Amino acid sequence: MRVALFITCFNDTLFPATGQAVVRVLERLGHEVVFPPDQTCCGQMHFNTGYQRECVPLVRSFVDTFADADVVVAPSASCVGMVRDFHGRVAEVSGDRGLAAAVAETAPRVHEFTEFLVDIAGVTDVGAYFPHRVTYHPTCHGLRLLKLGDRPQALLRAVEGIDLVDLPDATECCGFGGTFAVKNSDVSVAMGTDKVARVLATGAEVLTAADNSCLMHVGGLLSRSKSSVRVMHLAEILAGERG
Amino acid sequence: MTGTWLGMPPFPEAARKALGDTQLRTNLRKATGTIRGKRAAVVAERADWEALRVAGKEIKDRTLHNLDTYLEQLERNVTAAGGVVHWARDAAEANRIVIDLVRAADADEVVKVKSMATQEIELNEALAEAGIAAYETDLAELIVQLGHDRPSHILVPAIHRNRAEIRDIFLREMPGVTEALTDDPAELAAAARAHLRRKFLTAKVAVSGANFAVADSGTLVVVESEGNGRMCLTLPEVLISVVGIEKLVPTWQDLEVMLQLLPRSSTGERMNPYTSTWTGVTPGDGPREFHLILLDNGRTDALADDIGRQALRCIRCSACLNVCPVYERTGGHAYGSVYPGPIGAILTPQLRGVTADEVSPTLPFASTLCGACYEVCPVLIDIPQALVHLRAKAVDAKRGKPSAERAAMRVAQWFFGSSRRLRVAQRLVATGGRVLSRRGRIGRLPGPLKGWSGARDTATPPRRTFRTWWESR
Repeated sequence: MRVALFITCFNDTLFPATGQAVVRVLERLGHEVVFPPDQTCCGQMHFNTGYQRECVPLVRSFVDTFADADVVVAPSASCVGMVRDFHGRVAEVSGDRGLAAAVAETAPRVHEFTEFLVDIAGVTDVGAYFPHRVTYHPTCHGLRLLKLGDRPQALLRAVEGIDLVDLPDATECCGFGGTFAVKNSDVSVAMGTDKVARVLATGAEVLTAADNSCLMHVGGLLSRSKSSVRVMHLAEILAGERG
Repeated sequence: MTGTWLGMPPFPEAARKALGDTQLRTNLRKATGTIRGKRAAVVAERADWEALRVAGKEIKDRTLHNLDTYLEQLERNVTAAGGVVHWARDAAEANRIVIDLVRAADADEVVKVKSMATQEIELNEALAEAGIAAYETDLAELIVQLGHDRPSHILVPAIHRNRAEIRDIFLREMPGVTEALTDDPAELAAAARAHLRRKFLTAKVAVSGANFAVADSGTLVVVESEGNGRMCLTLPEVLISVVGIEKLVPTWQDLEVMLQLLPRSSTGERMNPYTSTWTGVTPGDGPREFHLILLDNGRTDALADDIGRQALRCIRCSACLNVCPVYERTGGHAYGSVYPGPIGAILTPQLRGVTADEVSPTLPFASTLCGACYEVCPVLIDIPQALVHLRAKAVDAKRGKPSAERAAMRVAQWFFGSSRRLRVAQRLVATGGRVLSRRGRIGRLPGPLKGWSGARDTATPPRRTFRTWWESR
């Protein structure tokens, strides 16, 4: 299958290893990956912070960039949630009917990485090897907007050598929340600190998720507390190979 | 702390203070955890729960879309049954009507049924100013009132208090209570019961709200757990009910759906212990006079907003509070309003106006948009959607005034305008990150980055972005 990668601005700039892992997994499974070079940002930060008008050109640019792609895959549940659930609203706010029609065409073809693997590529065993104790945090947008359900865990369970342990109170938000992490940093840190305590209780070496943004928040707290627990995007685990 | 919400600081500031109260956090975690579990268990019993939620939403939407018709129908039916209907545009009007009615009854005290609407209009404070004493009869509301305090939860307003604190409040404020009182819950309840009985038997006027008003029969409905509400609704000579105009349901058949949704979502019970209904007045039985005050107080403004109006479906169950990770850590007072938690964050700025005071514009931002509230709402209020919508309203209301945040958002928008500009931004991030980095990570930073970096490290941004890697393959 020919798959257009929407890397997301955040992963592109700060977590290129995640994008490389996505490419490795998709190619290992025999898919052709293309990277439309004009892509920038889905507009989630602007939209969620109240800057809906500023979001309009970003949505326009997104639909132009991915207009020709049959299948778009992104390694971020929250960015995919933005595209699928809210680009339509941005188009509505803009009053541009052409944009609304373009969004209606593009948005349903955009898939989160684990969703693509399980639902479209039809695999749960991607041939990965990762001999570590891992716990998985279902990020809120993956859980409640995209309704990823058990897909990420199914993929992780199929990884050879993995010791996958349940995270207590896993479905509770980690406290990141985009600009919430800065605007309400005290509450954000209080929530994240509780998440950290639960991660530590599992004895896991690695905390994984489908969003690097939440991982950056929890990982930042872990690092400040001198913990040796690493955070790692799920794609990087699925890319793991023997030797 | 005083009984009024005037002058509350922005949410982040109030939340910071609340986070420092470890007793509060322990109480909240325990209480919300217990109610969450009970709710989940009784909801799971109903195979048709999702269908009930859809029905609840549609009944409320139909009512709101035809509110004028149903309100007039209610007025006709209440009047035909011997009640008197009053219309109040705002808090001041509603309070004045109540005060005039109490004075007309020649009374200087009233007993009250727990009511969010009368808290919203700060009726007790207005009555006190007019020389009329108001006695809250719901146990938790009584604790709040005697403690000269404010409610911090819709259903359990004294959730922030523990037994020892309640015992101290009773000892200090309740006539006839002696040092012999312990903090045993049964003893505390008995003390409150003895105190309240005297009030029930002497008060000539009662003030209530209502959970529902059935338009086609003119019937008011109050659901409660203690029976104190029923004492207020039946014993006094005059009953005054202050009811928000969104509380209507068209028929008893619609009420049936709501009465299945509310107790399960609220207290986690299949049915609440007391459901009182009354239609006008009945000679020889109950109050001789009944006054219904229909309150707008910002509701028609909310109704005019295509996304915001869904907040008017709310049946005040407080399920959203009990699952909210932000509420669980800050408690209700930080929201600066009688309506705390996720529903308060979308209701308060709409009822007051998003720029009305310091706290209102900050409320839509008091959420991570995690969506746990929407998952449990019995009338399917998409709270995250409404929060984001109200954030845009808060931002738009300040356009034209200088704002560092808006300047930053504009800069970001410009950089996201093309991949060429994005590359420039990425180079700036990589260079800046390396300058600030020590041993592979960025620690505490000053200025606007303090909020992020105060408690969190950041990994040093990599030299090579994904797209440079891709091009070099």
